[in-house]
Amino acid sequence: MPKTTSTSPAAPAKPRRAATAPAKANTKANAKAKPPRPPAADRLAATELTPAQQLDLYRFMKLNRMVEERLGNLYRQGKVVGGLYSSRGQEATSVGSAYALAPQDFMGPLIRNLGSMLVRGVKPREVMMQYMAKGGSPTGGKDGNTHFGDLERGLVAPISMLGALIPVMAGVALAGRMQGRGLVALTYIGDGGTSTGDFHEGLNLAAVLAVPLVVIAEHNGYAYSTPTSRQMRIQDIAVRAAAYGIPGEIVDGNDVLAVHAVTRRAVERARAGGGPTLIEAKTFRMKGHAEHDDAGYVPPELFEQWRGRDPIERFERHLLGGGLAGEAELAAIAAAIDAELVAEMDFALASPMPPPERALEGVYAT
Amino acid sequence: MTAVTYLEAIRQALWEEMESDSRVFLLGQDVGIYGGPFRVTAGLLDHFGPERVIDTPISESAMVGAAIGAAMLGMRPVVEMQFIDFISCAFNQIINFAGPNHYRWGQRVPLVIRGPSGGNVHGSAFHSQNPESYFQHTPGLKIVAPATVADAYGLLKAAIRDPNPVLFFEHKYLYRRIKGELPAANGGDGGSEAPPALGRARLARPGRDLSIITYGAMLHVALEAAERLAAEAGIDLEVLDLRTVKPLDEAAILATVRKTNKVLVLTEEQLSGSVAGEVAARIAERGFAWLDGPVHRLCCPDTPVPYSPTLEEAYLPNVDKLVARVRELASY
Repeated sequence: MPKTTSTSPAAPAKPRRAATAPAKANTKANAKAKPPRPPAADRLAATELTPAQQLDLYRFMKLNRMVEERLGNLYRQGKVVGGLYSSRGQEATSVGSAYALAPQDFMGPLIRNLGSMLVRGVKPREVMMQYMAKGGSPTGGKDGNTHFGDLERGLVAPISMLGALIPVMAGVALAGRMQGRGLVALTYIGDGGTSTGDFHEGLNLAAVLAVPLVVIAEHNGYAYSTPTSRQMRIQDIAVRAAAYGIPGEIVDGNDVLAVHAVTRRAVERARAGGGPTLIEAKTFRMKGHAEHDDAGYVPPELFEQWRGRDPIERFERHLLGGGLAGEAELAAIAAAIDAELVAEMDFALASPMPPPERALEGVYAT
Repeated sequence: MTAVTYLEAIRQALWEEMESDSRVFLLGQDVGIYGGPFRVTAGLLDHFGPERVIDTPISESAMVGAAIGAAMLGMRPVVEMQFIDFISCAFNQIINFAGPNHYRWGQRVPLVIRGPSGGNVHGSAFHSQNPESYFQHTPGLKIVAPATVADAYGLLKAAIRDPNPVLFFEHKYLYRRIKGELPAANGGDGGSEAPPALGRARLARPGRDLSIITYGAMLHVALEAAERLAAEAGIDLEVLDLRTVKPLDEAAILATVRKTNKVLVLTEEQLSGSVAGEVAARIAERGFAWLDGPVHRLCCPDTPVPYSPTLEEAYLPNVDKLVARVRELASY
């Protein structure tokens, strides 16, 4: 059974009511789903990670945010060709979970998992070139944003249709088991994505075949403009795990150490033959669906509450309070990232657009 | 060598590819313990074990999704759709994940989705379909529709060895109705010889007067009509079996147009938006100068596949209908 903690007392925002409600209401199951509320305590979870590893996590979260801030600048300068998707506020979920993987493991990230990709070795210039549709991008300009993969780094490219990656990553896990690679496959889904058929089909198939798959459901309050209450009538996505006969876990998605610990447990369980786990990370999307979206439909007080739970600032307080780093050290990390990003951006900007004839190449593998 | 059925040829091809390549495995509903409702996978579970012959839940999308993931890791999954009609439940995975994957980020997806298609067995709307036209539109896919025992065997081997996602549409009407010998070149030897290439049509009957371009079960309708027309009207039909519906063998299509100057495209699909339409368009575009008459299409009407034998007979092309259309076109 999932470890369901008692749910938040009340949502500040009054989400629109479902059009119809069943006559009989099971208070627990049918309680109206609310946007996740930040947990009260600021203290982060206990961790087995060394101070050096914790600073590593900090660097990746900071890199995640700073790359996206740079991308925001490029977007405002008109250099990003399509949409720009931010994971602001969700960096701990991406970074903490990806950091729990071993080199042989595979990951299928979604649009808000830039941090996970950075942990797997993706360079900022790759993402910048993708967003700017450059010829030097990993897809050679054929696809944009974080839609690229690299099996050498254990990365499978997503498609925009949500849920689709879950069966695909179940297949990666299945193949890994057949090939005796000892690998675990990890992928992500949002609260909205859990409404898809592939979420159900994929998790169920993975459970029946007991393949080493870990699914992180990022419960970030909104799917584009649609609040969780319009996606489901449950508070906790993790309870769905019971329907598949697999463990469901709930974790504070803004606590990078907690995300790492719970993912690590699930990954180890999967690697040992224990099958899939569904992890629900309670977090919040601090921007709109994409850069063009001002998220005017999100009550300002929700943003305000979650701003106080910013995963990077919380981790800074943890590092400073625990004597794991000093102000100067954290500032030096940020400065080093900034310098790196200037060089990465120069490189990305200098990359030419792809030659038009490339549009016709590569439909078939030979 | 003894003649085997079209169905047995498919089973043989699966068996031999699994025997010779440990990357090949099967995913599908009731393919293991039951051996498939048509018995295409009978005996495979016992021989290859449950790790390679995997019974799945009723989850077409997850079956194909899992095959995509496994294919990316270097496996060669073969997914069975219990009836090909159910492939629509996996539409997203096929057209958005598998098809564009290599173009998008250079990652190949070598998988096969196979299953029984076609009508004339009174299967009604959901057990009789020919869904190729839905998929001919999607870049990155290959589509194969074998009409003969040799092709059912050889082209399935080629499909499994192809580095792209291949949809392999068997015709259930042919499963036990036709027999033939397996090609000696790659029969019973574990598949060491190269199977025929995908994307190549086969001249099934050379002729002088008029060309029928077809595939699948309709090939046999065309061949029977050719015998009748030769005997009754002295019309010498040429019959081209496309074998691969995507990519089309345009050179072979144009060659037969150039030879006979009159063409009828015969397929068992609903007419609008059909593969037949694509063939006709290419002829109109690139073979116009050789035509002595309009390109005809004989397909099914734009209705769902009806159940009652009288209705299904009215729906499907058959020898009588074809003979009538050929006479019409021949006299143009």
